[in-house]
This record gives sequence, C-alpha cells and structure tokens, in this order.
Amino acid sequence: MAKGVRPRVKVPKTASAGEAITIKTLISHKMESGQRKDSDGNKIPRSIINRFTCDFNGENVIDVTLEPAISTNPFFEFEATVPETGEFQFTWYDDDGSVYETSKKISVE
Amino acid sequence: MIRKMITVGALGPLLFTAGAALAEAVEDTLVVNEDIEMTTRTDAPEHLSDALDEIMSGWHFRGTETRAMQADDFDNPGMIFVEQARDDWSEVVGTEGNSCASCHDEPESLAGVRAVYPKWNEAAGEVRTLEMQVNDCRENRMGAEPLKYTGGTMQAMIALISSVSRGMPVNVATDGPAESTWEEGKELYYTRTGQLELSCANCHEDNYGRMIRADHLSQGQINGFPVYRLKNTKLNSVHARFKGCVRDTRAETYKPGSPEFVALELYVASRGNGLSVEGPSIRN
Repeated sequence: MAKGVRPRVKVPKTASAGEAITIKTLISHKMESGQRKDSDGNKIPRSIINRFTCDFNGENVIDVTLEPAISTNPFFEFEATVPETGEFQFTWYDDDGSVYETSKKISVE
Repeated sequence: MIRKMITVGALGPLLFTAGAALAEAVEDTLVVNEDIEMTTRTDAPEHLSDALDEIMSGWHFRGTETRAMQADDFDNPGMIFVEQARDDWSEVVGTEGNSCASCHDEPESLAGVRAVYPKWNEAAGEVRTLEMQVNDCRENRMGAEPLKYTGGTMQAMIALISSVSRGMPVNVATDGPAESTWEEGKELYYTRTGQLELSCANCHEDNYGRMIRADHLSQGQINGFPVYRLKNTKLNSVHARFKGCVRDTRAETYKPGSPEFVALELYVASRGNGLSVEGPSIRN
C-alpha cells in the first residue's frame, strides 16, 4: 500500500428528492507517473490510482479511468441526483492492488 | 511584409495593456469555509508610511480559480498536510515519552501563536521563528531529532499551527529586544544582491502589481505561509521562498534557518502587521 493514502469526501447530509447535489472527493496519493528517474538514473516505477468509482445504493454514478498524467492528490467534483435516502459508496483502485473505500449517508427529506 | 509589420505594431500596445491590467491586485474578499473572514488588504503599518499606503495579501494577485481554492478547506490541498500534522501531533517520539499533545493538548491551544512569530525568546536571547521553536521542543522536551527546517514534516506542522490562527491579524513585535534583529532584517530587505543587483524592495515595494516575466509581482507578504504551490504540489516555507528570490537575483543565498533569514522573516512579517494569518494558502 502506498504511503499516506487517505480518502476524503464531501457530501451534503440532506437533500430534497431529485435534487442535483455536488460531491467533492479527494484522495492523498503520490501518483508517481512512471516517467521520472531517481538520482541514479533508474526509472521510478509507476504507482497511481487507476480507477475511481462512485455508487449510490448499488447503482453506478461515476466510473473514472485515471492515467499517469493526472496530478498528485487527485480531486473530483461532480453532481448526482438523489432519488431517495441512501448511501454513496466511493472506491479508489491503486496500481498495487490496494482498494481504498469510504461511504457517506444522505437522507432525502 | 509591410502589412504584417503594421499588424504586429498595432497588436503590441494592446497586448501590453492586457498584461498590465491582469497584473494588478484583484478586487475580491476572502471568506474561508463561509466562516473565517480574512483581512487581505488594510492600511500599512506605521513603520511603512514612507513606502506603502496599503498592504495586500498575495491572494489578491492570483487567478480566480486559485483564489477560490483557498476559500474552502476541502478544496485547499494544503489542508492534506495539516491533517498529516494532526497525526504527528499526538504521536510520541524521542526519549522523553512526549508528543506535542503532552504539553499543548489540542493544536487549537496554539491559536494566536503564528500571528506573533518570529518572536524574541528571552531564555535563548534571540529572535526565534516557529520552526526553531518546534525543533527546540523536539530536542529539549521530547528528546527527538530536529526536523529539517524546510522539510515536509516540519512545514506540515507549521501549517497546522498556522491553520488554528487563521483570520487573526499578524502582529509581530518590532520593538524591545527584537528591535536590533528587526533593523538587521530591514537592512537586508533594502540591500541589493546578486549579478542582477536587486533588493527585495525593487520588486515587492517598487513594482508590485506589475508583471515579472509571466508572473504577477505581489507585495511579498508572508502572512499566507506555509504556501501550497500548485507548481510543486507541496508546502513551501518562508525561508525556501527567500532562498528562491535571492537565487533569482543570481546571488549566493543564505541558508534556511540562518540568522540572516530569521531577521529578514521578522522584518517581512512586520510589513504585514494587520493582515490576517492565511496559512496554509494557495499560490501558483
């Protein structure tokens, strides 16, 4: 597991039915591109988050493929319509096989 | 050929005007997390009355997106490091069995500290920066190795200590026992260095609001340090910034943590007396 990885998400606690809410996510990660060399001239192996997904009550909201050119600590901001009370599930997939997960509940009034 | 030259000639002044307009300080107000109202421009402190009427945070000289990033902690990548430092805060290191929390409880207990540093330390008989104080704690109270002055772990800790003082006005003491150090810093500020023979004042006092190559010259205020720079995606210390500036005048620089830079930091901080503590801020 890469060092210092910590997922963070920001989701409003409540929404009205069918409302488009803004979701922000950030994961601290080095996102080593695989194109840099160390001081001895050896290639530093690629180590990035290659996929990010967000699901709501089992239904996919967003599924992103990340490439090496994406910056360190990748940040995503997107909108989702919330039909009912439920839970957002966020998942990040690391090159090294690690999976980082977090979730946030939202209630519809 | 002639027509081409005329076109270029006509475009020239236009481009220049656009560039000059962009470089000026932007009218905007900074409220962080819809809660902390920042003073980003205010009347210059008394000792600057000959040089400046108004002091402005570097925030005013940055682009719309960069300014917006600083208005919300979730969008501010500098806060990642603040979180890391919160973990370090309660971690016991060294031979004495102490963490920062053993003496200081919560980081919030240090609210207001960033605003008055660098500060005279009576016991040590010198002006000390926050970094020096952190290392003093580590060495003498925790029995731990000192941290690298401009290193990531140190600057994360400085960012944490700054973050709990955000919105408070910078108010470093320039008189009393600190006065001679302050005078030394002022001397350095106005001394031209390097092959380009530039002093701090040549850019940040005489020419702020203009372009320096492709970048906007600010007043060189340090109320927003440590600064998360988009160009290197990490926290940058005051002394690393000083070093970069002195290097850009093509001079041999002083070392981060050296008495010269400590004096300069005190003086530059005093030029921002009245501005809010912003650190960790976002710059490009």
